[in-house]
Amino acid sequence: MAEFKEISPNAPASAKLGNWLHNRFPTAFDAYRVHMAEYYAPKNFNLWYIFGSLSLLVLVIQIVTGIFLVMHYKPDAALAFGSVEYIMRDVPWGWLIRYMHSTGASAFFIVVYLHMFRGLMYGSYRKPRELVWLFGCAIFLCLMAEAFMGYLLPWGQMSYWGAQVIVNLFAAVPFVGPDLALLIRGDYVVGDATLNRFFSFHVIAVPLVLLGLVVAHLLALHDVGSNNPDGVEIKGPNAPKDAKGHPLDGIPFHPYYTVHDIFAVSMFLMVFTAIIFFAPEFGGYFLEYNNFIPADPLKTPLHIAPVWYFTPYYSMLRAITSEMVYVLIACVWLAVFLALTRGKLAALFKVVALGAAVVVTAMMLTTDAKFWGVVIMGGAVVILFFLPWLDNCAVKSIRYRPDWHKYMYAVFVINFVILAYLGVQPPSQVGERVSQVGTLFYFGFFLLMPWWSQMGQAKPVPSRVVFAAH
Amino acid sequence: MKKFVLSFLMACALVSGVQANTGGIVWDKAPNNLNDMSALQNGAKVFVNYCLNCHAAAFMRFNRLKDIGLTEQQIKDNLLFTTDKVGDTMKVAMDPRQAKEWFGGNPPDLTVIARSRSAPGNGSGADYIYTYLRTYYVDDTKATGWNNLAFPNVGMPHALWELQGKRAPIYAVEEAHGHEVQVFKGWEQITPGKMTQLEYDHMVGDLVGYLQWMSEPAQAKRVQIGVWVLIFLGVLTAITWRLNAAYWKDVK
Repeated sequence: MAEFKEISPNAPASAKLGNWLHNRFPTAFDAYRVHMAEYYAPKNFNLWYIFGSLSLLVLVIQIVTGIFLVMHYKPDAALAFGSVEYIMRDVPWGWLIRYMHSTGASAFFIVVYLHMFRGLMYGSYRKPRELVWLFGCAIFLCLMAEAFMGYLLPWGQMSYWGAQVIVNLFAAVPFVGPDLALLIRGDYVVGDATLNRFFSFHVIAVPLVLLGLVVAHLLALHDVGSNNPDGVEIKGPNAPKDAKGHPLDGIPFHPYYTVHDIFAVSMFLMVFTAIIFFAPEFGGYFLEYNNFIPADPLKTPLHIAPVWYFTPYYSMLRAITSEMVYVLIACVWLAVFLALTRGKLAALFKVVALGAAVVVTAMMLTTDAKFWGVVIMGGAVVILFFLPWLDNCAVKSIRYRPDWHKYMYAVFVINFVILAYLGVQPPSQVGERVSQVGTLFYFGFFLLMPWWSQMGQAKPVPSRVVFAAH
Repeated sequence: MKKFVLSFLMACALVSGVQANTGGIVWDKAPNNLNDMSALQNGAKVFVNYCLNCHAAAFMRFNRLKDIGLTEQQIKDNLLFTTDKVGDTMKVAMDPRQAKEWFGGNPPDLTVIARSRSAPGNGSGADYIYTYLRTYYVDDTKATGWNNLAFPNVGMPHALWELQGKRAPIYAVEEAHGHEVQVFKGWEQITPGKMTQLEYDHMVGDLVGYLQWMSEPAQAKRVQIGVWVLIFLGVLTAITWRLNAAYWKDVK
């Protein structure tokens, strides 16, 4: 136990209260010091660095509005749709709370996608920040589960059929698929049982995991320190420090970055509230028009599309046709061929690789293409976890990478947006071909990264961060 | 970086201009009656008299009509059936099984119908309903004797036919891309209605305005509040901008 400090009886009341608390709960004071007042962040953060704080803000908005929505929402197939309209009409300010929550879902993905892209650009996932990145990827997975299950709750046509389509994907898994889908639905079709379990996961289970991961993400970040746009370590053994040992290129998080973030938050809220008050449906992208029709298990909508934030992955799922499976097999054999001829592997590993390729080919030829679509869709997210070990570039930040790396990232982003766009559209022949090429590029970008990231001449990295006074 | 932002914006522009036209006729633009109280009140009257017999608006309470300028007494006297209470929602007494027999399906609830029928590229839900209620025509091949240009093979007979009269579309055969195609050329009035074409369009406009209002009664208030929220946030942003600058001006 820490030593009890006495304070003069003539001290002001605030000092007495502070001392009283400090004697009983020193951890809180330590935490404030370690994570706020004496957490030194690089002083050269740019605009891209606000999306972490903003995603925390949106998380809080979602939790608080969610609490109030649950007070009036009824997780019952017969009542759910009506209870949402009840919130929109009869609950005082219910429409505002609901729009905050529905807009918040899309805003969450916008800020998180930008946050992830920031990490990609500046190499924030690289040593020693691999765990920060892994926790972040796990948060992204949770977020997807949270959004998917939350989307069923209004019990409109899109809620219902979107869930039906996605849960049916699990049925494509060989052997256990149908039982797995049954386990998820709790029924042979999406129904009241599904709604109840999704509600439970959406309001309790996933948010709990999500909060735990957010804490881990932040603690791990504060242990290793933030990266910055130059990718220069400000706290390393060779980094310049002042007499007290604080990094010269760093600045205390509080107050410098708190005032930064307050400014960013007010700008973000301008956009966020403009959507809430003037365009809450956002042209059918944030609230799909079809979802204003109550779920009808007997009437399949002509065109079922997931909400915009899932559409890149949905495109990849649709890209895997039975023809495309042959392309995937060709890719597998090309990789094996390269490993056998060019790789410096032990003979045993070469045999294993060859054997694995034969098994995978046999599985691909005998299993439904839909299953491989599911594998590709899941793989598109899972592959992000491996990023820290795929990137072999000599430097972290895009600022000092060879120029053509920038074009590579630009094409990656454009490709992602095109896949998202195609996922909204009804299937078409041209769209299918484009999404197949896009899928190959997406995976090629990551799987070939160990090689392409080494190519080209990196520019010299400065020893100090580049900072221009404001 | 700038390139990325630029390409992202371009991609957004691309996305917003999409959502292919799904066929069918071009929708007429519905008049905007959301701020016209007398139009909304007239729309409410038409709705209660003509639509509410078969279609419910099960999430809409009668007393919410106070928002469009009616008093509780006016609602009770003019719009309620004798057994209803003013705090009730707009339900119908029709048996769903009978409905299925008569129309081949249950008439959909109309509370949020105007929101659900929007289709980017074609128009808003109000545009659709405005077009739909004005494109009924007699068709002897259908069980009800009615068909519709905006909603082919529609199950609902023309509930407003007394007002509009009976009509039939006139088609001309034209040549396009080497095929002979039927092109819609206008309407032939078979029997006159109680209203002129202009009066009828006006009345449908009122009704559509009402449906649009009913689909989100808080929408006018939402926009009003939004303006104040943005003004507040504008001031807040200016203050936080200067606050940020004040803290950072000494950081070298």
